[in-house]
Amino acid sequence: MRNRLMRMQRRYLIELLTALGLIVAPFILPHLGFAPNTVNRILVWGLFGIGFDILFGYTGLLSFGQSAFYGTGGFVAAYLLTRAGFPNVFLALVIGMISAAAVGYLVGLIALRRTGIYFAMITVAIAEVFFFVEFNPLAAYTGGENGLPGVPTPSFNLGFTTLHFTTGWSLYQFLAVCYFVGIVIALRIVRSPVGKILSAIRENPLRAQAVGHNIHGYKLTAFVIAAAYAGFAGGLLGVLQAFMPPDAFTFDTSGQLVMQTAIGGIGTLFGPLLGAAVWLFLQDFLQSALGLGAAWKLVLGTVFVLLVTFLRRGIIGGIKDLYELATSRKKPPEATSAESLADFGSASDLDVVPMTLHKRAGDRSSGPILQVKGLSKRYGGLLANSDIDFTVNHGELRGVIGPNGAGKSTFFKMLTCEIAPTSGTIQFEGRDITGKSVTDACQLGLTKSYQVNQLFTQLTVRENLTVAVLADLRGKFKLDLFRNPASIPGLDAQVEHTMQLVRLAGRPDTKVSDLAYGEKRRLEIGLALATSPSLLLLDEPLAGMSPQERVETVKLLKSIGKGRTMIVIDHDMDALFELAERVTVLQEGRVLVEGTPDEIKANPAVQEAYLGGVLE
Amino acid sequence: MVNWPNFVSQLFNGLALGALLALISSGLTIIYGTLGVLNLAHGAMFMLGGYAGYVAYGYTESFVVAVLAGSLFVALVGIVMERVIIRHFYGRPHEDQLLVTFGLSIVFVELVRLVFGSQSLLVPPPPLFAGITSLGFLFYPTYRLAVVGIIAVALSALFIVLYRTRIGMIVRAGIEDSTMVDALGINVHRVFMIVFGIGAMAAGFAGIINAPVVSLTPGIGDDILVQTFVVVVIGGVGSFPGAILGGLIAGEIISITSMVNPGYAYVMLFAAMALVLVLRPYGLLGTRGRE
Repeated sequence: MRNRLMRMQRRYLIELLTALGLIVAPFILPHLGFAPNTVNRILVWGLFGIGFDILFGYTGLLSFGQSAFYGTGGFVAAYLLTRAGFPNVFLALVIGMISAAAVGYLVGLIALRRTGIYFAMITVAIAEVFFFVEFNPLAAYTGGENGLPGVPTPSFNLGFTTLHFTTGWSLYQFLAVCYFVGIVIALRIVRSPVGKILSAIRENPLRAQAVGHNIHGYKLTAFVIAAAYAGFAGGLLGVLQAFMPPDAFTFDTSGQLVMQTAIGGIGTLFGPLLGAAVWLFLQDFLQSALGLGAAWKLVLGTVFVLLVTFLRRGIIGGIKDLYELATSRKKPPEATSAESLADFGSASDLDVVPMTLHKRAGDRSSGPILQVKGLSKRYGGLLANSDIDFTVNHGELRGVIGPNGAGKSTFFKMLTCEIAPTSGTIQFEGRDITGKSVTDACQLGLTKSYQVNQLFTQLTVRENLTVAVLADLRGKFKLDLFRNPASIPGLDAQVEHTMQLVRLAGRPDTKVSDLAYGEKRRLEIGLALATSPSLLLLDEPLAGMSPQERVETVKLLKSIGKGRTMIVIDHDMDALFELAERVTVLQEGRVLVEGTPDEIKANPAVQEAYLGGVLE
Repeated sequence: MVNWPNFVSQLFNGLALGALLALISSGLTIIYGTLGVLNLAHGAMFMLGGYAGYVAYGYTESFVVAVLAGSLFVALVGIVMERVIIRHFYGRPHEDQLLVTFGLSIVFVELVRLVFGSQSLLVPPPPLFAGITSLGFLFYPTYRLAVVGIIAVALSALFIVLYRTRIGMIVRAGIEDSTMVDALGINVHRVFMIVFGIGAMAAGFAGIINAPVVSLTPGIGDDILVQTFVVVVIGGVGSFPGAILGGLIAGEIISITSMVNPGYAYVMLFAAMALVLVLRPYGLLGTRGRE
């Protein structure tokens, strides 16, 4: 009971500290030279930044166009309150937020067609359009370059008394509550299943897609969330200044938000608040105390460049690093990679029960699971695969071998729908999956482990597997933004089980970047396994392993193979002949021969393909 | 009723602006294509070219010297920037590169604002191209006509460098596959430095050439940067011909829309970009896989 209470406290620790901080701030900050108005501006920037941090820090999408939504939310709210005679300030803010989110959805549809620098460029361009639209075509509504003066402050009629929030510390109370609610919601979102998937998208979008998540939908979700936060903050800006300024829409606004977030620390939710505090404090300090006048921005720009160069995780990131450095000695170390390999032997003796497959519609237990007819892939003049016919039955463990360049990996990529075949059809469990997406194929129960590790590098072993299991349990897209992942039935069990299966149970909280190569290889297989596929493809699972690791991994594959259909590509023939019941040999993009390991070993055509020319 | 002389005059404006954008975008795109870095300080390079030229003009009263000084100064800034800062970012995520170049652009703009103030400055056109020219049915500023010619020459020079020289071959190969170029044992670091210099110089050159058309302010590069992005998205990242095509399209869209209502220039430009993104996500002349 007491334990549970402590866990509860721990879980809400951040929320509690935030509330405490917001309550004591008015008593402390004035002594540090913060004017109430400055503190209020910091809160508005901080709230604006929460959404941006979910988009950039968590999802990895750097937008330079957040001003578009800040301005939209601000002007919609201000218009309602000043020109349309709308009486309720809070409701106007909410309507502004919804408008910004709606605009964010439309903009996201276009901007998210591309990623990386393209995305950054497109958001800049779109934000610029909003700036011009505010100034010109919509000037009748927005006041053009004059903005909208006369935005009222909120008051709440509670029946027995009316609360007025006017300026300074009085308005602070209202803003602090808004910020607190904003941070509580954001914390729930980043801890929810969606939050985990967003981090996975940041780390490795291709793999997030391959384990069965509709990443476009989740990216759009993050974009809309960011727009909603921006819209609400924009409305608050109008309330704070009693005036909605047109420069909310400028590129400078977006730029300042980006810089403040980077200064405070990305991926922390509190970074933007801290960054804004540093920014606004230094601005005041440099301008008035040091009398630098307009040069303040030059100083801040220089500070920013140095910070990005040397302290890339910002102030909060720097503090975290220091803290970890200071406490690392006290923390009981997790099993090292050597120990975990040592426990391999004992673990593999324990016959781990194969995971119960979760039944999908159309699952059968006998007959062909995969039927490929006339599959070809042409790259310009190169025929990588030509007219392949290939059938695998339920429960089979099939090996695929072939010399380098035989088209094995291309073949696998077509099977998992990563690339579309030039011609031919693929039937999986009686369903034609030709031309489906890799996400859909995985959702149907067909996935693969990659030849080159495709992991979520900055996440832990547990988090990696959780992302994959979530796709299995929740489907490819679900907006459970406020759900606690612990409440998803079977999630923990499936993660634990997969960890045991791939012998990583000893290092659940180790980051992938700190794993040894062999461990990463096992996690790679684990990611595919965690989606509980009915057909698992393994692309060179033994590549790059030491002889000792190979022996262990073959054992591992055998145990995984129980009750499962698998196709394995590898160059290690001994291992493959030991594992597989039947072997298909590819050569120059065609099926050369198919048979039991013994037949293949004895086949002269295979010997010719591998040893060709030696006898001549 | 369409006012034909006005329309033709706007077409010429669009051509001049388009040529300018084409040159600046080429600089941006060869840097990105070769180094993999999107330089958000590229607009600041344009601005620095104008100011450096302005200073040189103040001392010599020679436009030719101003153009040389502006271009070379910016090339030098580019090289120093690459040596001192950018090279440390090649191994870091794109987002970090965006952040640091964005920071640098602010430093450049604010530095210029500190030295020259915020008021606008003007460089007069060279005497040879002063005044207006009669095109039969309309009068058009001579210098703007000359801009089209000058930039056409500059683009040709860039074309020759890219397609007819050793370094150009390396740059184009790098755009195709930079890992391979690296593996071939070419001194990529030297090439990167030169490419950054050339790319920055293209913007700097455009900056001083544009100075007699639009007066100089410290923020002049910001708008240009946004337009350059649109050009690159329309044309395709890493494509030199795409930058030219995109530049001309963007220039004409801005000018022709401005004739009807300047407020909609950006809206139309954006609409064109959105259309391209929907129909050809990798740009008109771009190829897949360059992000």
